[in-house]
Formats: sequence, structure tokens, C-alpha cells
Amino acid sequence: MATPAFEEIAETFAFMEDWEDRYRHVIDLGKAMPALDDNFKVPALKVDGCASQVWLRPMISDGVFDFQGESDAMIVRGLIAVLHALYSGVPTAQVGAIDAPAELGRIGLNEHLSAQRSNGVRAMVERIRKVAAAA
Amino acid sequence: MLDVSKLRADFPILSRQVNNKPLIYLDNGASAQKPQVVIDAVTQAYSHEYANVHRGLHYLSNLATDKYEAVRGIIAKFLNAGAESEIVFTSGATEGINLISYAWAAPRLRAGDEIILSIMEHHANIVPWHFLRERQGVVLKWVETDANGDLDPEAVLAAISPRTKLIAVTHMSNVLGTVVDVKKICHGAREKGVPVLIDGSQAAVHQPVDVQDIGCDFYAITGHKLYGPSGSGAMYIRRDRQLQMQPFLGGGDMIREVSRDAVLYNDPPMKFEAGTPGIVQQIGLGVALDYLMDLGMANIASQERVLRDYAQSRLQGLNWLHVQGQSATKGAIFSFSMDGAAHAHDISTVLDKRGIAVRAGTHCAMPLMQYLGVGATCRASFAMYNTTEEVDSLISALELCHELFN
Repeated sequence: MATPAFEEIAETFAFMEDWEDRYRHVIDLGKAMPALDDNFKVPALKVDGCASQVWLRPMISDGVFDFQGESDAMIVRGLIAVLHALYSGVPTAQVGAIDAPAELGRIGLNEHLSAQRSNGVRAMVERIRKVAAAA
Repeated sequence: MLDVSKLRADFPILSRQVNNKPLIYLDNGASAQKPQVVIDAVTQAYSHEYANVHRGLHYLSNLATDKYEAVRGIIAKFLNAGAESEIVFTSGATEGINLISYAWAAPRLRAGDEIILSIMEHHANIVPWHFLRERQGVVLKWVETDANGDLDPEAVLAAISPRTKLIAVTHMSNVLGTVVDVKKICHGAREKGVPVLIDGSQAAVHQPVDVQDIGCDFYAITGHKLYGPSGSGAMYIRRDRQLQMQPFLGGGDMIREVSRDAVLYNDPPMKFEAGTPGIVQQIGLGVALDYLMDLGMANIASQERVLRDYAQSRLQGLNWLHVQGQSATKGAIFSFSMDGAAHAHDISTVLDKRGIAVRAGTHCAMPLMQYLGVGATCRASFAMYNTTEEVDSLISALELCHELFN
């Protein structure tokens, strides 16, 4: 079981056969996600290896992982929201144990994780794991 | 007119599916698909006719050399060069333009000398000249396009000063589709004694090219866009310019004699072809060019004009879509962005789901994108095997994007 927030997303996706519906939902999740303040759109928080611009601001307190993210591409923004559901509220020590490809696979979005995709989801997952490991 | 359904049958990849949809390949500006005759030629060469060229005296080496060298004549015919020896084999336009930068321009240009470029050049026709700016103080002078994306030949000629040593300009923009009147530029430049290099990477795919009629000094083509193998290509270098060039890469094939204290170079064009070349790639390119000449470049041009007109009118019907470049000379290359929040990568991701391949990004033309004031765009670039039905599919997918991202 992943976080309740991710399980809720997984449940919604379970009823979607069509890629169009899936994408629509991903885009809606991105739209619903709070925007990252422009002050945090700095080079240190930018995730390299993304074709669009992606920022990731880690927010760790009391050993619990959380982050804010943003992208100028809407699908990527939605995927950030999915990652947020997957990682937010997880104890920092357990972040590395989350199998992101398997979890995204459950909702049919694992195609975005392959090494050669330049949408940045893989780079974001790597950044999340690195930040959590260093905390 | 060409029989497009017959033409499509020559390209096996066009009948495959992508994401459970029939492939609609609109990324031809990046690289074109290969007809079966080219695939067969590559297989045949490796299966039965392969050895190194120019070196051995054995049967296979002679056979491979004959097949490989015959391509020089095919390219000369394709470009209507004055002589086969004016065709230098390259791995593509990038290597060809770098060759001219290193072998012709670098030894001749001094600090303060000028190279004129258009703002719509591909990085391959920019960065080799930046090398000369960085390393020896050469000045790059940029000529901008007008609001329609046209490049006025008079503006290029007006930029010539006594320090101008070269004009390097594209024949067809890979972003705007604009076809440049290179003949006018070459004739005007010649009157002022300024050589002209033309990047024909896009243009040679879509229309007949006659380098003698154009009157250029250098003309670059790249095989992979011409339905040939990647790693194949050629540079037309007029004889008098060849005689002004130093060698670029040193190694086998480009020398006649080497001793401890001296080297004697081979004659052009081999003087500029060091090392074992892309033997099979060039053989494949020869077959691709024969295939194109059989179809007729003028026929291909008229076929694609119909496609261009249809795509243009359908795209213009989408009032939330912004196409870059409205030149009357425009080929079937459409770079666009969309009203609303859609990023180029969003659009290309959704199009891909519909089996439609386009490019998203800055198209290796960042100075042009900066000039146009746009970030990443999507580019649909058509080829002779594309159909008006595929245009309809593109439009329908774009309408979906507009709905999703609005």
C-alpha cells in the first residue's frame, strides 16, 4: 500500500480504460496543485534532464518528507502532482524504499519513467530519493 | 502527380502502428524514413559486397570501391555539379560545414573579418562559425527575416562590407519552411567577390537543386533527410575553392605519401576524406538519390505543394493556433504554438498517443527562436509520402490538445 493520497488516485485510475481520460485526470491533478512561488524557481531547485522546465522544492520536517513542484508543461505538472501524492508525508527514511516505477505502473503511467524520456519524471524521482537520503 | 499510395508502399515503416494507431510520421525535418530499396542496398552491401575501399586489390575491395565511388557521380548528377570531383563525401551537413570552417575559412580569415549569417540558420551553420569568432576574432553579422519569415536577398547583399569573407545561409529554414532565393544572393555576392556557403539540408529534399545555376561555392546535403542512411552526406565544393583548402582531418585515404619528415596529400576530393568512410551509408545514399531522381524532384515539389496548401489552410482554420512563418515560398514545415497553457511537450505527448510524430523544442535554431520571441514550439514537417488524410488526423489531434489544455 502506498500513501492514502496515492491510493485514492490509483482507485480513480482503475476505472479509466482510455488514455485520453487518464491524461485528462493527470492534467486536472496538475491544475489542482498549488503553484510554486516564483521565489523558489531558482537554479538550485531546478531539475536537470527535463525537456520542459521543472522545479522541485523539498520540505522536510521532523523526519517527514514533503515537497512542492512546478513545471511549465501541463502533463509534467500533473505527473508532479502524482509524485507528490506518492511521496508526501512519507517518513524520510522510507522514501528510498518506494518503488516508483511499480507504483506508476499500477496507474498506467510508468511509460513516463523510462530512462530515455526527457519529461523529467525519472530525474524528479532521482532528486527526491537523493534529497531524502541526504536528510 | 505522384501516386502517393504506391509511394507509401515503398516505405515499410509507414505501415506500422504506434500506440495502437497507424503511424503518422511528421518529423521528416529531423530525419526521413527509408524506402525498401535503400534498406535492401545496405543489406546487400554488408551481405555480399563489403570490404574497405581504395585500399585492397582483392575482388571485394574493388567491388566495394566501385559501388562507393559511383555514388559521387550520382550526387554530382543530383546537384548538377560541374564535375564528380567537386563532391566531397561527409557524414552529413554538420561535418560538411565544419569541414569548410576548418579547412577553408580558419586558415584564411583574420580578426575583424566578417561572416554573414541569416537569423534562421540551424546550429550546424552557426556553431562552426562561432568557433572562428571565439578563436580568431572573426565577426558574425546577422541578417534578420521580415515579419513573414522571408529573407530579403538585397538585405543579405547590403550587409557585405570590405571585410566580408563569407556568406553562410540556409536554402530552406527548418523552422519556418521559408525557401531563400539563394541564386540571387550568390550572383550578387559573386559580383563583390564574396563566396557563399548554402546549407541545403532541408531544401534538397523538397525541390530540384542545381548548384551551377545557383552559383554557390559550397552546398551541404545530408543523407538521412534524403531518405538515405544516417551518417551519409556530401559537400559540393567548387573546384577553385577546393584548391584554396587545407586538409581538415588527417589519416588514411587523404594522403599519397607519408615519411618521417613530410606528407604528400592526395588530390581533392579525397584530400578531404580521411579514414575509412561510411562506405555502406554512402552506397545507400546513392540508391536513395536514384530513387528520388526516378520519381523526379520537380514532381516531388508539386506533390508537396498540394500538401503544403492543404495543411496551411486547415491550420489557419484553427484561430487558437499560431504558425511561425507565412512566406509565400514556405515549404510543408509548420512550427506552431497554441493559445492557453499547452507547452510544446504537452502537445507532442498527446499527438504521440494518436500515433503522430512531431518534434517539440527549439529545433537547433535558438537564435531564430530568440528573434521570434518564442520558447519551445511543435513542428510538423511533411515529406512526399504524407497525405491530406494525415493532415486531417493532425488537425483533429490538435483540437483535442486545445480542449485538454485550454
